[in-house]
Order: sequence, then structure tokens, then C-alpha cells
Amino acid sequence: MSAPASAPESVFARLEPRLPSVSKPIQYVGGELNSTVKDWDCAPDGGHTVRWALMYPDAYEVGLPNQGVQILYEVLNERDWIVAERTYAVWPDMEQVMRTGDEQGPIPQFTVDAHRPVRAFDVFGLSFSTELGYTNMLNALDLAGIPLHSADRTDADPIVLAGGHAAFNPEPIADFLDAAVLGDGEEVVLAISEVIRDWKSEGEPGGRDEVLRRLAVSGNIYVPRFYDVAYAADGTIEAVVPNRPGIPFRVRKHTLMDLDAWPYPAKPLVPLAETVHERFSVEIFRGCTRGCRFCQAGMITRPVRERSIETIGDMVENGIRKSGFEEVGLLSLSSADHTEIGDVAKGLADRYEGTNVSLSLPSTRVDAFNISLANEFSRNGRRSGLTFAPEGGSERMRKVINKMVTEEDLIQTVAAAYSHGWRQVKLYFMVGLPTETDEDVLQVADLARKVIAKGREVSGRNDIRCTVSIGGFVPKPHTPFQWAAQLDHETTDERLKKLRDTVRDDKKYGRAIGFRYHDGKPGIIEGLLSRGDRRVGAVIEQVWRDGGRFDGWSEHFSYDRWAESAESALAGSGLDLAWFTTRERDYDEVLPWDHLDSGLDKDWLWADWEDALAVADGSSDVEVEDCRWTPCYDCGVCPEMNTEIQIGPTGRQLLPLSVV
Amino acid sequence: MRAQPEQQAPPVQRLRIRYAKRGRLRFTSHRDFSRAFERAIFRARLPMAYSSGFNPHPRISYAGASPTGAASEAEYVEIGLAEVVDPAVIHAQLDEALPDGLDVLAVVESPGGSLADLLEGSHWLVDVAADPEASASAVATFLATEAVLVERMTKKGLREFDCRAAVVSLSSAEHADGARLDLVLRHAVPAVRPDDVLAGLASVAGLEPGGAPLLTRLAQGPLDAETGEIGDPLSGRR
Repeated sequence: MSAPASAPESVFARLEPRLPSVSKPIQYVGGELNSTVKDWDCAPDGGHTVRWALMYPDAYEVGLPNQGVQILYEVLNERDWIVAERTYAVWPDMEQVMRTGDEQGPIPQFTVDAHRPVRAFDVFGLSFSTELGYTNMLNALDLAGIPLHSADRTDADPIVLAGGHAAFNPEPIADFLDAAVLGDGEEVVLAISEVIRDWKSEGEPGGRDEVLRRLAVSGNIYVPRFYDVAYAADGTIEAVVPNRPGIPFRVRKHTLMDLDAWPYPAKPLVPLAETVHERFSVEIFRGCTRGCRFCQAGMITRPVRERSIETIGDMVENGIRKSGFEEVGLLSLSSADHTEIGDVAKGLADRYEGTNVSLSLPSTRVDAFNISLANEFSRNGRRSGLTFAPEGGSERMRKVINKMVTEEDLIQTVAAAYSHGWRQVKLYFMVGLPTETDEDVLQVADLARKVIAKGREVSGRNDIRCTVSIGGFVPKPHTPFQWAAQLDHETTDERLKKLRDTVRDDKKYGRAIGFRYHDGKPGIIEGLLSRGDRRVGAVIEQVWRDGGRFDGWSEHFSYDRWAESAESALAGSGLDLAWFTTRERDYDEVLPWDHLDSGLDKDWLWADWEDALAVADGSSDVEVEDCRWTPCYDCGVCPEMNTEIQIGPTGRQLLPLSVV
Repeated sequence: MRAQPEQQAPPVQRLRIRYAKRGRLRFTSHRDFSRAFERAIFRARLPMAYSSGFNPHPRISYAGASPTGAASEAEYVEIGLAEVVDPAVIHAQLDEALPDGLDVLAVVESPGGSLADLLEGSHWLVDVAADPEASASAVATFLATEAVLVERMTKKGLREFDCRAAVVSLSSAEHADGARLDLVLRHAVPAVRPDDVLAGLASVAGLEPGGAPLLTRLAQGPLDAETGEIGDPLSGRR
């Protein structure tokens, strides 16, 4: 971590002769439009520069479009005393090239901006949207020459820091991390940078341990090494306690207020390589309070904070002009819930009428209002698909998950869609929800049949289609379902098969219904990593040592490797894969993430879980409304985090753009 | 029936653009380039003509793109515009909007006809880490051979073809730590690329190019049958 006497040499010259031998070499060369390369010692007046290597731990094509990394990259680089560069997971062919190396030895993990070795930076920050990137982190650490375990690192190594949704339970990777942050990153990365700068300018007193201590005492940054975990005889956690003075018992999440003041990305990165999202996205609000019990994102990003219609308009115009993307996504957890979404949609559609700029909403709620939104968005003749997510196949399941969509809502919505000229809708469901039976899942087929029947009726055509897409439910920390037993993969696969056979056997409608699903095995591993504790770290390490990489990719994922590694790494502990996944937890159990404060009151979560079970057996009919429009239901977040709901309507409109 | 999209007007002006692929951006594939180019056009707000249909596309014709990893000073593309614009203005706007390393070198109005048909041959420099004398003698052996069969993996599988007939001229000189081949290739079917010629040199004379040879296309255009030289496809003369 101590600043090297001079800037580390770029590894590009070593890489270049080898690039023709790897697939899609463009992903390793950087030089994207709006990317930034700064001097290694950029701080003015001889001050100390703080340097970040930011990683999205997946392939470039997935990682580059990630909004979180792009925002932090920009926010950090705006400071004249901070350098931020990006790095991504390299594919196995490139890994081979780097490990083989040249006469100077192996080629280390590098940033794509200036091709500097990751180990030379002060902070190696990783953004985890999913737990399936953990093995890629270990691989990057190893390629970088950074010791895997935090305990083995020296002052010459960067602070390895995790963020993103998965960091709300970083315990499975606690041994590999020096620190983790919960919540919104925009402000906290600057706060961390300041702590490091001050510590450097004082001559780095106390080394690595001291800078981590300073971060930890802020109460906003989790440093796993400062907490001891004690286990009870039955394998559960007895307690997690700070092991030195001044370290807070609980670490709080960050919440960015007033999103209008942070209109990022303002300089969107434009890749040369093909990536998974070829569009410019504007986050129109953050947070969601609909209260769907399975949804971790909705629970940990509270409260709702909207961007105003004018900021959205400015960000769209700026973003497409700076990037050249002609497709714009209005991003959020439930975009149709923005208080002024109708005016936003109409205003943007008016502004870009007659151009090739197209607009889309990533997720649509099941109500007819969305069809008029979709009509605005397809004014220029382009029609993207319509996707609705009832999530639960039966009315009972939808009550259990608190996703209040009736069958009638759904049929009316799709009727509106088909009568407005859409020929295809996509429906998204989950399998494996708490208290679910075969019968609940088979009702998906009934719904799909009714959708097709209604579609044929209102459109008078036979060529309409409906695609049913099914994902396996994985219980997540900081949700009311955090105590739930995950459904084993055998039963998951059986239910999916029964549903598939039912759909296929339907002579009248079967051919109009498409069916997409994945087998249940990857979900079990995601479950292990989601709700695991520090003992799961050994499993992850074993999998990586055995060659595990890119676990989010079905062609790279190996369930058998995970199952075998879990067996060997957990041998003798009395624990196994099932203990972490298909076991229901009770109220008294200390959960691995209890010392990490998302603001949600644990008792409220438990009461909501009990409500779900009561609704499931019909003993109650309680429904959690949305606190944006109904009184507060005391989830705990606003008072605990000292935040508030920030929503419109502003009553303002988008004005036409003046022609330049 | 869904309403049919309106017919787009044909372009009122066609411009031919010469551009270079330099430095690390030589690793852009043809598809990478076309994405970057279309975004640059939009950023530069060029008054593009669009194709008709439900998914109108800007009128762009690519011709004779170099392989991924090869640098080039002579790549060509033609665009159709909905308004008449001074080519110098387009030159400046496009160059500004494209990333460094994809550099616009010339923009001229098209006299009509097919741009691709004008690209009959290419002039290449190929830098290899081989002993200059071995390289020169391999070149002599190669040129003295009537047909040199090489294999290359194509989309249709492993193909065997002659790489000698397409070679208009080839010479070798000492360069840096190795040798530099100066190569003029006739565009033919199947296409013979500089790396095929390297494979040919290896097969007839055992020349090992060593490491990764650096390919640079200097010129691309009409091939003068008598002099064997490559002309300028934007000159308007044949």
C-alpha cells in the first residue's frame, strides 16, 4: 500500500504480442470512449494520491455496462487526488496466457485503463451484484499476486474491499476481504479515500492495521478481522463480537439522499466490444417499498428516492449525446412506480419523436397502466417485448410473497396488451417459494392457458404467444424469508417437470406457450453463498483451487465440484450443504449478518415472516401496503438510518429540446 | 394487420471515408468497429439516410475490413446522407466522435458505383521476429514456387487453398530485431491474407515468424495490372 517511488509500469507491452492468441482481445485493451487515464501521482501540490482498482468480478461483456462500477469510477476520478481504474475477470484463455507469462514471469491482473498491476493500487474494490462472482474474486487476487487471505497481506498489498448487494452478507468471503461496505457507494468511496489520504500524509502510522482500524471506527465500514465469531455446539452462531476497543457492534449501511445531486453516470463508458446491455440507462429512482417478501433488493435499498422528471430528462439527453447509444432504459426496481412516470414517458417520447432513439422499461408491473406506458415507448414503431412478473403461480402463493396481483389483474393487463397489437408477452414466475406445493406451481399452466385464450379472443388471431419463464427462489439475508428453508433441487426439478409436461400435453394451447427454466442445482449453491457464514469461505477456496471460475455461466458452473468441495471443506464440522440451504432457521438463531445493519428491524422481519405463514394456511389475510401511499408500517429503516421517502410529483413537465 | 412503416427516402449524398486502425485499437474486430462507427455517427449527429422497414438502419456499407489484430492505414466505408453536407465537415465531426486509434483520414463524395469493387488489392507490411537472411531466402523460395498450399480454419471448416497466386509482390528487408516483409496481395476468392502468406513461407522454407507478427495495411484499392501498384480508391480515377 505504501506508494511506490514511481508509477508501476504498464503491462501492455507484455500483453500486446499475446493478444492475437486470445478470444475477443478488444476486451483487454481499454480505450473506451469516456474512459479516464490519470497520472499515477495526480494529486496537486505534491499531495498524496489515493488509487482505486475497481472490479466487476465477471467477464468484461457483463461487467462493463454495470452502473455501479461506472458511477464510482466517475465519482472517484472527478477528484483531482484520486485515480480510479477498472479491471474485469479474464477468460480462461487469457488466464493461461497470464500465468504462463514471459521472461519477467507471470503477467499480473491488470486494469484495462492504463494496464497497471492491480496490486500497486491502494484499494482493490469489488462490486458484487451476485454471490456467484466469489470464485472470480479469488482468481483475480491470485493473478494479481495478492495473498488470498486478509491475514496474510502486508503493507505492500491493497485494501481488498467489497460492495454491492451481496456485501450485505459478506461473511462467506470474510477471510478474503479487508473491508466491506453496505449500501450506496457514491459518498462512502470518497470518505474511504479521505481516510486513506490522511493516513498516507501522516506517513502511514501503524501500517495496514491502523488504516483498517480508522475505517472500522467510522461505523460505516465493516472490517471482518475486528470481529470474532463464536459457534455453539449445534453449529449455529453463538455471537459475533468486536475484538478490540472502539469497534462498533453493528455496521450501518449507507444511504444516498437527494439523487438529483448525483446525476451519474454523466460520462457513460462506451465499449468497443459487444456487451450484454447495449443501451444507456438512467436510474429513475432507488429503493422499493412494495414489500415483496422474497426481494432482497427491495428490502436493502429503502427508502424510495426518486430523481425528478427534469433530472431524468437531462440525464437521458446528456447520456445519449455523450455515448451515441440510441436505446435508453429507465432503470429501477419497479419503474412504473415513479410518481411521474406517465409524464416522463410522454415527455421523452415527444422529445425524441421522429428519431431512432428508443425507450424501454426493464420491469413492468401487472396493471393496465403499463400498456399505455408501453404505447408511448413504442411510438416510433419499435416494440420491445412486454414482461410481467406475477412471481407466484397461485393466488395463495402471491399472497404469501405479498405480491398482490389477482388473476383478474393479469388477464385484464394482457388483454390490453394483445388488443393494442402486442403478439407476445412474457410472464415471470418463481418456484420453490415457502409453503409451495405442486398444485401452486401447476397453476402457472392454468394462468398461461387463460392468457392465451384471452389473447385469441381480443385479438381475433391465433398466432399470439406467451412465454413462461421460471426461476428458482433463493432465500436472501435481510428479507422476511431469511429464515425459510430453501427447496431442495430434486423437488424443484420435479415440480418444473410436472409443469412442463402439463403445458406440453395441452393440445389447444400448449404450442402457444413457451417454457423457459433452469435446473435447481445452481440455486442451491447461490443459497449456500447467500446465507452462509465464515465457514463457507473454505468451500469457496476449495472450489477455486479445483478450477472453479465464472459460476454465473452455466457452461462453467459445476454443481458436482461445489458439492464435493462442500463435503471436503466442511468435513468434521457437522455442517453440510443442506444445513446452510434447506434448513429452516428459528427466531432465536443468530444469523451470520445480524451485526450488519440494513436498517430493517429484525422483529418486523420476523413478524412479516409469521404473517406470510399465516396467510399461507389461510389463518390470516393480512397484506403489506406500500408506505409511499399508505401509512408507515414500521420496517424500521427511516428512523434507524435517519432517512426519509423522497418522491414527487413535482408537477413539472419536460420541455421540448431546443434544436442546436 | 399492423401498419407498415413508411418508406425512407433514398440518400441524397454518398460519402466514402478512409480511416485508420492504430495502436491498441487494432484489436477491434469488424463488428466492434461497426458498432463504434454507428455510435459515432449518432454522437456527431450526422444527417444519415436510413433504410426502410420496422428497424431502420443507417445507410452504411463496409468494404474490405482488415482482420482483428491487424493495424491499417487504409480501411474504407461508405455512408448515405439525407442532406448534402461538405465532406470536410463530416471529416471533422466523425473524427471527433470516434475513439483515438480509429482515425478518419479522408472523406470524399462518391462518384457512384461500388466501393467494394474498387478494392482489388492491398499493400501490407508484416514485421516478423525472424533472422533477416532466413527471411529473404524464404521469400525467394516462395516466389520461385508456382503454388503453395496452406490450410486455414474458416467458418466452413478447415480449408486448403493456394496462397501463392494472390501474391503480386513480396520482398524482405532487415527491420528492428527482425525482418519486415513488403507484400502486395490481390483480393481473391478464397481471400488470401498476410498470415496465409506467412504460413506459406513456413511451409516452403520453414520460416518461423516468432511471436506475434505485426500486420499493417498501408494501402487498399485498384490494382495496376502492369506496375503491380495499389491505387487510391478515392481518387475517382481507375
